[in-house]
Amino acid sequence: MKRFVVLLFGALSVLSPVTAQTPPADPAAAIAKLEAAVTAAQSAGDNAWMLTSCALVLMMTGPGLALFYGGLVRKKNVLATMMQSFMMMALITVLWAVVGYSLAFSEGLPFIGSLKYLFLNGVGLEPNGDYAATIPHQTYMVYQLMFAIITPALITGAFAERMKFSAMLLFMTLWALVVYFPLAHMVWGKGGFLNAFLGGKIPTFDFAGGTVVHVSSGVSALVCALYLGHRHGYGREPMKPHSVVLSVIGACLLWVGWFGFNAGSAVAASGLATSAFVNTHFASAAAALGWSLGEWFRNGKPSVLGAVSGCVAGLVAITPASGFVKPMPALLIGFLAGLICFFAVAVLKGKLGYDDSLDAFGVHGVGGTLGALLTGVFATNAINNALKDAAGKPLPLGLVDGNPGQILNQFWAVLLSWVLAAVATWVILKVVDGLLGVRVNKDEEVEGLDLSQHGEEGYNFEG
Amino acid sequence: MKKIEAIIQPHKLEEVREALKTIGVDGMTVAEVRGHGRQKGHKEIYRGQEYTVDLLPKVKLEIVIPDARLQETVNALAAAARTGKMGDGKIFVSSIEDAVRIRNSDRGEGAL
Repeated sequence: MKRFVVLLFGALSVLSPVTAQTPPADPAAAIAKLEAAVTAAQSAGDNAWMLTSCALVLMMTGPGLALFYGGLVRKKNVLATMMQSFMMMALITVLWAVVGYSLAFSEGLPFIGSLKYLFLNGVGLEPNGDYAATIPHQTYMVYQLMFAIITPALITGAFAERMKFSAMLLFMTLWALVVYFPLAHMVWGKGGFLNAFLGGKIPTFDFAGGTVVHVSSGVSALVCALYLGHRHGYGREPMKPHSVVLSVIGACLLWVGWFGFNAGSAVAASGLATSAFVNTHFASAAAALGWSLGEWFRNGKPSVLGAVSGCVAGLVAITPASGFVKPMPALLIGFLAGLICFFAVAVLKGKLGYDDSLDAFGVHGVGGTLGALLTGVFATNAINNALKDAAGKPLPLGLVDGNPGQILNQFWAVLLSWVLAAVATWVILKVVDGLLGVRVNKDEEVEGLDLSQHGEEGYNFEG
Repeated sequence: MKKIEAIIQPHKLEEVREALKTIGVDGMTVAEVRGHGRQKGHKEIYRGQEYTVDLLPKVKLEIVIPDARLQETVNALAAAARTGKMGDGKIFVSSIEDAVRIRNSDRGEGAL
């Protein structure tokens, strides 16, 4: 290889005097051609990474989350639980194509977009400079869709094993329209109320969805668990996970998929993407250790389910911070998330007595809130210098940059997300309950949702 | 005819089968079952939720033999299934009125 390079340079040095003596006929045209080639090359690189990220994020929902949640329920509900995640891949996609992307990402009011991109009108292959200048607008659109898919799928953990399938579909349709699309617009849409980079009133840093994805889904999950009430027999009958093996596989797929989620949020194959990638990995690792240590001290044994739950908690917490912080704070954020989410799930839930079946709130609500607040502490312009003053100098981001006020900004964004998610979820549940009834009846619940909702069984060994 | 129902530790199944084969008993029905006697169950914790598992996995063998072979079979079975710890299981013996070989309608001990 080295010899080849030497030969190449030798050849060039022989050729260059000749080319220098014959300048191109039209220098301006030659430069324009060169610039076009450079732009095309960057676009190709960025687009390749973004399409890859896009596929990785879809993999988080199916099979990742479907397996993670599917393993945690009883055998009689495994298919119904996986179906809830899988159906989001279908339902939200159609909703997104028709109206969702427009409501979330077209310019409109501070709290919701307009109908400018209805039916993806005007969303073509030319880049949209506001969001991602080097990739086709459709790449950005479909990448954001994958986030809109996994967010409602996360909520399903709270009402697992007892929600009627038809009611779940209606609930999720309304939830996407009333909670997700507006919140995504506020944080990431142009002119959104919380968008720090595109004219928001309260500048919030949420790199990949601490508020939009995790606080919103986690808090909505808590409201669902409270509204639907306990599973029949909760606290009396054993409700052990039917296969921790499936959950381990699912969690590992989530870990891998999360590189697309966070590093992809750089919307370019850039140094910032690398930074987010490293932070994501570090936080996940530290959180797995944090949760395991907490369990080891409290229960005398570190469980496998605990270790993989810890990794997910760390991934959740680093999500808003991933493109703003250095690697060492990422380790700390992850470790704290592991410990605190373990406490929320193993201690707090038992004390408060709600039946959040698969701990969507304990992991996503608590981890998302923690991550969003800590982003205000550790965000630094040494990693992300997208915010600049009039003179082009990077502005300080978080407390570590000498901007303690950012913690307050983050707090307001978290509070707004909590309130929107909680109130809207409760109202939607009321509406759906009135129209369809949210819960299956007791017989159907005892029989299991696989049979009562879908007419199938997950495991047919005699078949 | 006697029926021997033996509930044993799952990991002892192969040893028991070998022992019975050695003394010429080579027909049996085996089922995976769960149960407990004096042996206590164990504790499992999933995300802070504690579950006591009382019903432990066991294997149940059913063997029907001529009266004359009873003692020999029970002794071989018990010896092979024994670890000396709680949870080794039990052997129950009962009388069988009749037996039918479905293939050719042989009856009684001739059907075994």
